[in-house]
Amino acid sequence: MHWLIEFTLFTVMIVAALVALGLRNLLAAVVTLNIFSFMVASTMVSLGAIDVAFTEAVVGAGAVGVFNIVAILLTSRKSLD
Amino acid sequence: MATLELPPRGDVTAPVHQTVNKAGDPVAGAYFIQNAYRDAATPNMVTVILADYRSWDTLGEVVVVFAGGMACYFILRRRES
Amino acid sequence: MTPTRVDACHIEGMKSQTDSPIIHVCARGLAPVILIIGLYVFFHGHYSPGGGFQGGVLLAASFLLLRMTLGTQISQLVMPSRLTITLSAIGALIFAGTGLVAIFAGGNFLDYGFLPVPWFDPAYLRNYAILFIELGVTLTVMATLVSIYDDLLEA
Repeated sequence: MHWLIEFTLFTVMIVAALVALGLRNLLAAVVTLNIFSFMVASTMVSLGAIDVAFTEAVVGAGAVGVFNIVAILLTSRKSLD
Repeated sequence: MATLELPPRGDVTAPVHQTVNKAGDPVAGAYFIQNAYRDAATPNMVTVILADYRSWDTLGEVVVVFAGGMACYFILRRRES
Repeated sequence: MTPTRVDACHIEGMKSQTDSPIIHVCARGLAPVILIIGLYVFFHGHYSPGGGFQGGVLLAASFLLLRMTLGTQISQLVMPSRLTITLSAIGALIFAGTGLVAIFAGGNFLDYGFLPVPWFDPAYLRNYAILFIELGVTLTVMATLVSIYDDLLEA
């Protein structure tokens, strides 16, 4: 049953990355990237690397999300392409 | 074709989990597991490896973070007066 | 002069990012909790997952939450902008300076067993030196993240 958990995690991760590439609303893309980062952290937990999972959750979902949101608020909310 | 497939997770017969690898050399991870508490009196082995055995690595990480902050300071900050 | 309570919504001339009182109350209640969790992660890194980097990012998350909700000028009371780059340099200096002191005491670079504290067993000396350099890592990461946020808002 271990492979089922990891299969679900990897599937959600890849789908979140592809959705973040395709979204035009950049704020929603940042939230989707946070979902991707949380899935990476969950994969690290299932691999048994708690320290790496902790770092990934804190940095990927906290600091990088804040900086991306600030950059979006300073420039533009919509993607042009 | 030795790297065609990873060993199963938690396999005690995997080469990284032995004290002596196939070439006859001692493995570093076995030394850390056996001597981490004796060397640093700290129960968390990951902390001992990150901050004591591999402290050059952590120093490089800190210097990279500091250099990123300094680059943002010199490029982005407006000079007052 | 009677001591006045510092209230974020009523300081003259300081505008905050948003005027919603719900967001203000939530952020002001949540930021000290994140601060305590960050300090716990930093000090408990010897016994559980955590350490300097994670604790520093959690402390920075607490300050960034205040900066995003209450505005940059009000949150100067918690973490002044002019201190951040200095604190970052002090943190990196603590880490490298510990290694240099070990060199001058006769050991290798970053060999904590040679630090000149004579009444400690070398194993316990390494224990406390690990806590000391984690303090440097925490200061650098926290101050650098807050500094990058301030620089991004000024650009």
